[in-house]
This record gives sequence, structure tokens and C-alpha cells, in this order.
Amino acid sequence: MASKYANMTFRGYRRENGRVGVRNHVVILPVDDISNAACEAVANNIKGTMALPHAYGRLQFGEDLDLHFRTMIGTGANPNVAACVVIGIEPGWTRKIVDGIAATGKPVAGFSIEQNGDLRTIMDASRKAKDFVHYASELQREECAISELWVSTKCGESDTTTGLGSCPTVGNMYDKLLPEGIYGCFGETSEITGAEHICKARAIDPEVGERWYRMWKAYQDDVIEAHKTNDLSESQPTKGNIEGGLTTIEEKALGNLEKIGRTSRYIDILGPAEEPKSGRGLYFMDSSSAAAECVTLMAAGGYVVHTFPTGQGNVIGNPIVPVIKITANPRTVRTMGEHVDVDVSGILRREMTIDEAGDALIDMIVRTASGRATAAEALGHREFVMTKLYRSA
Amino acid sequence: MTAPHLLVHDHEDNVGVVVVEGLRAGTRMLGVVTADNSSFELVAAADVPIGHKVALRKIASGDTAIKYGEDIGRFVADVGMGDHVHVHNLKTKRW
Repeated sequence: MASKYANMTFRGYRRENGRVGVRNHVVILPVDDISNAACEAVANNIKGTMALPHAYGRLQFGEDLDLHFRTMIGTGANPNVAACVVIGIEPGWTRKIVDGIAATGKPVAGFSIEQNGDLRTIMDASRKAKDFVHYASELQREECAISELWVSTKCGESDTTTGLGSCPTVGNMYDKLLPEGIYGCFGETSEITGAEHICKARAIDPEVGERWYRMWKAYQDDVIEAHKTNDLSESQPTKGNIEGGLTTIEEKALGNLEKIGRTSRYIDILGPAEEPKSGRGLYFMDSSSAAAECVTLMAAGGYVVHTFPTGQGNVIGNPIVPVIKITANPRTVRTMGEHVDVDVSGILRREMTIDEAGDALIDMIVRTASGRATAAEALGHREFVMTKLYRSA
Repeated sequence: MTAPHLLVHDHEDNVGVVVVEGLRAGTRMLGVVTADNSSFELVAAADVPIGHKVALRKIASGDTAIKYGEDIGRFVADVGMGDHVHVHNLKTKRW
């Protein structure tokens, strides 16, 4: 018999490449930091567009440069983006990003500033952005199967209530929806420390588990051991985590890993901002545990809805992906309820089971995917933060 | 069911989490083990903020803290039953 989740649908935007988006953004994307001003001017000229200013894109090289391009292209290619204008200081790298996004079949156009200046670039790009707004505004949502959703997760400003309530709620959702064929994604490499033996064992097979462990160990050795000056207390766990009662990274990691539920297993490991290529299922993305960086990377990997358990109340959003906040902490509900989409504090009072909480989250995912604005969207949170691997040349 | 003051993940754990605001020393706490919904009572030995941990039994410095049935660090001070457990008496074994 089919599960009660099998026939669920949502109303999304089907894109040229067959993927389904849940938002319909026209994005003005800067290739580099010095093109932010032109992008913001275009977004100011043409209503219904959104600039994504960021800090990088100059003199990067090697793996760090690859990640920059992957994040830029992945962001423009995300199904939540209907069309994209790309602006860079020079035409070469601009073209590379335009071509990468164009592979999805969606409308995209590039403009470069050298030999034009900001003003001509802004004028030309604004005309194209206006065309794109007309195009996007006529697209219609259509009914789509729940299996077409790509749902990522990452928790933030965690406390002990996240391990008791909001993270198991996400885990319950994955245990129910992954069997229906959704794509899932978790990550936060540093934050599995103390639960790495459990995470390794949750791979689909020992080969994937071994690859996961090597990835996790490389971060320990190459980054933490190479740069640490103390036991990382107040960084990982954060000062906010400690305020909320989390004492050690081991305790935080065990709570974090509740997000993959009881039965779910990951099928492959993704590099940061990498698109999954192994079919439907759950993936681990090698990523920072900092909220805005992590959500930006998962969005660039193609995920269209993000589930975000919080304890103390991380207020993060993302410009292109709706970030659904879940909390079990009654003090956070009371003091900053405007940031909470799904209140599961009943779990702590034993009034709500994890199963009921999981169903409440699934309901909110479907409503959000069909157009309901999240708390973070309503409050204007658009944190777009690129991950930088090392100093530029 | 009456709302508990304290939640414990597993029976092997030696710490539990306060889940109510404004808990005062001397409160006879209702504790629940989430693994099987079994309940117990414990007297709070300190004022403990929501989300913070208490020791479920007397613990010696050097002992391992267990939560989720797993190792979450090393005690660096002796801790009495019902006492507040946090960064002043528990440290990571990593990093």
C-alpha cells in the first residue's frame, strides 16, 4: 500500500530542464565584488529583480576558483531562478558563468563593464532584466508530485532542544519523504565531530562511509588542527550554543545528526556547491557549519527548499531558497516567534510526538513550496555568503 | 501527561536537559526518558536555565559524560546529583 505521503503534491514552476522550482526569481548576479554596484543599480531600476552582491571573484585560483564558479553557476541554475542577468568586470569569466547557467535552458544574459563603464552596462543590463521580468511574470505554477522536491537541511544556533525536538522533526520528515523519491542534503563537516562513528555507519554502504570519513578527517587535519589556537569553544560550539546549554562539540554533533532520522542513509558525498549526480536520495555535502555559507552552498547544489532547526533562534534566510525555521525551544517561540515557521515546543512538554512534528513540517514544506512566504522571506533575510577556501593570489 | 522539567535521551545517560524556564534549586523535578517515556524524580541542586544540563547521579572528575548513550566529553570537576553541568565542569575530548 502506498504511504500517506505518496500522493502529496505541491504547486511549483517547471523549468526548461525538467526540474521544479518553488520560487520565480529574476536574479542579477555579479561575477565579482566590483560588479556589485552595477547589479544593485539594475535591481533598483527594474522591479521584480534581485541583485546578489558578494565579496569575491577576483584573483582566486585552483580549487577555490572552481568553487567560486560552481557557486555562481549553481545559484543561477537553481530552479527557483526563472531568468538571470550576469554582470562582471570583464567578458571572459562573465561568459563562463553565463554558459554554465545557459546549460539549463533558462534565459540568461551576460554584460561586462570594461570598455562600457557602469552606466552603459547598467542601461543595457536593465533592458534585458526588464524583458526577463515580463517573461517570468507570465510563468504559472503547476501541480507537481512531492517526489520532485529537493529539500536540504542545516541547523543553527542550536541548543539542547534542537537534539530533543527540532532536529528529530527534520529526521522524521526525511524518513517519510526520502522513500517517496525526494532529494535530501545534510552537511556541516566540522559539526559531525563526536558523532563521526555514527555518521560513517549511516552511509548506504561501507565504500561511501569510508569516503565520507576521509573527507571528514581531512577537514580535521588540514583546517582545524592546522589553525586552532584553543579547543574552539565559543566558535564550535558557538557562544550562542553555550548560552543555550550545549557544552561540547560531541554533544552538539549528536544533536545535529538527529536531522537524518532513524532509517535514512546517505548515498553519496558532494563537494561544496556540487550538484548530486547519483539519483534520488540523501546526500552529504562537505560544507561549513556557518548557516549562511552552508545554505548558499546547498542552494547552489540545486536544492529548492531548506529546513532549518534552531534552538536559540538563528534568523538566517537565503535570497533564492525559502528557509523554513523549526524550533522546540519555548523561550525562543515566546521571545522571537516572528522567526519561527514550525513550533514543535510541544515535544518538550510531551504534548506532541516526533511523528506529529514530522507531519507538521511536511505540511509546512508543501505550503512553502506552493508559495507561502517563510518568516525569513517576510522579514527580508537574504544572506548570500560565498565560501572561500584560502587567500586569493 | 504532566509536562516534565527534565528530559533524558537514553537510560545510559548521566546528564539530562532542563526543559522549563526559571527552574529553582530544590525543585522536585519530573524527569522523562524519551527513549521509552519512562519517568523518574530528581531534586534540582542549583538554579538551572532552560536547555542546560543537570547530573543524574554523583559524578567524579575525570568521568565521561554520557548523553544520547554516547560520550560527550570529560568532567573536570566533581559534580553532585542534581547539579548544573556545563562549561565549568565538562570539557570536550576533541580539539
